Amino acid sequence: MKSIALRASLLTAVLFLAACSSAPPKPESAYPEPVFVADRIVPVDAIDPTSVYDPWEGMNKRIYNFNYHFDQWIFLPVVRGWEAVVPQPARSGVHNFFENFRDVRTMANSILQASPTKFFQSTGRVLVNSTIGLFGVIDVATSMGMEKPDEDFGQTLGHWGVGTGPYLVLPLLGPSNVRDGIGMLPDYMLQNYIQGDLLAQPVRATAFLFDSIDTRAHTSFRYYETGSAFEYQTVRWLYSTKRELDVEK
Amino acid sequence: MTITNFAQRLFAGLCLFLSASFAFATATVENYGYPITDRFVATVVGTPEGYQADLPKSIPFKKRWLNVFPERHLPDLIWYGQELIYSEALQKRPAPLIFLIAGTGASHNGAKNVNMARAFYKAGFHVVSLSSPTFPNFVTSASSTGVVGHAQRDAEDLYRVMEMIQKRLVKDIEITSYNLTGYSLGGFNAAYVAKLDDERKSFDFRRVLLINPPVSLYNSISLLDRMTQDIPGGEDNFNQFFDNLVKAFSKVYKEDDAVGGDFLYKAYKAMDLKDEELAALIGVSFRISSASLVFTSDVMTDFGYVKPKGLVLDRYANLTRYNQVVNRLGFTDYYHDFFYPFYKADYPDMSRDQFISAISLTEIADYLRSSKKITVMHNQNDIILEPGEIEFFNEVFGERATIYPVGGHCGNMSYRDNVALMVSTFTQGAN
Repeated sequence: MKSIALRASLLTAVLFLAACSSAPPKPESAYPEPVFVADRIVPVDAIDPTSVYDPWEGMNKRIYNFNYHFDQWIFLPVVRGWEAVVPQPARSGVHNFFENFRDVRTMANSILQASPTKFFQSTGRVLVNSTIGLFGVIDVATSMGMEKPDEDFGQTLGHWGVGTGPYLVLPLLGPSNVRDGIGMLPDYMLQNYIQGDLLAQPVRATAFLFDSIDTRAHTSFRYYETGSAFEYQTVRWLYSTKRELDVEK
Repeated sequence: MTITNFAQRLFAGLCLFLSASFAFATATVENYGYPITDRFVATVVGTPEGYQADLPKSIPFKKRWLNVFPERHLPDLIWYGQELIYSEALQKRPAPLIFLIAGTGASHNGAKNVNMARAFYKAGFHVVSLSSPTFPNFVTSASSTGVVGHAQRDAEDLYRVMEMIQKRLVKDIEITSYNLTGYSLGGFNAAYVAKLDDERKSFDFRRVLLINPPVSLYNSISLLDRMTQDIPGGEDNFNQFFDNLVKAFSKVYKEDDAVGGDFLYKAYKAMDLKDEELAALIGVSFRISSASLVFTSDVMTDFGYVKPKGLVLDRYANLTRYNQVVNRLGFTDYYHDFFYPFYKADYPDMSRDQFISAISLTEIADYLRSSKKITVMHNQNDIILEPGEIEFFNEVFGERATIYPVGGHCGNMSYRDNVALMVSTFTQGAN
């Protein structure tokens, strides 16, 4: 279903690009001048330190808006149902189970980034959690104080110097950029490959569903809840900065 | 780490980059053990983990939505702001209720309100947590005019919301008494709400606690505005300053491998810090939150402050230019060129200066002096008070004011002694 999400992303992207033309009916100069205008307040040579390359802003904002509605009508109600029906210990078991696969993803990407430290850290975690931790259901490694690096293919690309490309809001998945969006594919294929060995097809589909619900349940972000009209650009800057630092980390 | 988490850390880390004369108190003043003596560092770092009160990690703190003005039609750009969001943590048995009001630009689920909610829930209270009237969601959903910062009007807006929540709650739970507290601007709001309640009596508050409130709102805002002038090389050097902050933060972020832990405190120790720059940072963060507020008000009222009057922006509009403009304006600009012109018709006999200086606790000093249920917690070295302003609390509240020697602005709110006093203020003498 992640691949469905990705395909849907691309499709929506194309549709929005085609449909998107946001020229205002009248130029701003046709209106009375406000108390403070950029021409007088902002120096010509001012660079905005929070700016992010976002040529598809119109489309991104539409997907952002779509994600809010998807959250509102489908995703969050399902998450609430999940939290109401499944008791806390079971939910954290599910969470740990999927986190264990994320450690596998980190293992693979640590090899690709030629980082032995992270490789051994994540391998140690996977070994401990998959055995003593009963197939990852119990996060023994964290209780033992083992560090948990987090690497994905987007970071691997970044590690070898691939630029981010334009900022991108993905349907359902949220803030990303072209590089990180593309990076999701190999990560997904790896997970699919491992799970394919371990789980039967119908179980895998269910697992994917649970993974998505679990991920949303562990993401406290809610679209538009800051109430700030600048939320979109704040999130954009935070995401981009975080990813930049994650690549360097 | 989630983005929200990351944002909190980044902000905290940014705030930390620059401070100087941090020193642990070698001797405690009046046996007060809060460890940070520098007022700027205290304001930013808060309370190191080992000094915090022991509070339950998880309480049933739930978000709620309230449609305060069902008839209101918001502009498309802020379409999502129709309903007020607040949170509550309710006991399963009859209990006293406490309302919490957040500080400038802060939300019902910001760190300080959540911490207070934990303390009061643990002490057996029903807790209702409200955003500051200066939080954009409050402006769009619960401010009667959309232009906030007005002592009485903000109190009335809060009171309306509290009455609606009360009406909702009494159907399901038993409330044995009503109580009120708030920190920073929320403390200021609480004083005015208490006064309003003495006239209207919907709650008949048993106790009211003001935590680190400003005396004169305008004075405090001017102080915070002026802190941006401490940016090394002046305000035009903001970008360089900001870049340095992010770089310094990233250094700490990259080295931080700990699972959980006291990130702030470690970041503080790892960074090389300088004082007026830390002040600049507090000023900048204040400015960023006021920028959101001011722009929201401008869009809501179509006042023509930075957005041309009459220009309709839809929810997908590019706001970069407006963002750049409001980021360069202070909160004092808002008072002079938006707030005052907006309200002046209602107060024809007052000059601008009279109007602005009336937004102050000194205006209701007689009430505060005589109302024994109101108490204050404050810090001698709070950064939002002009020199000497702290005396107002000693003079007006006397015994009912507890002034700590250190703590900066709200930095000691999680310190165990402070939490203990907060709670005992409301539990003492209760049945």
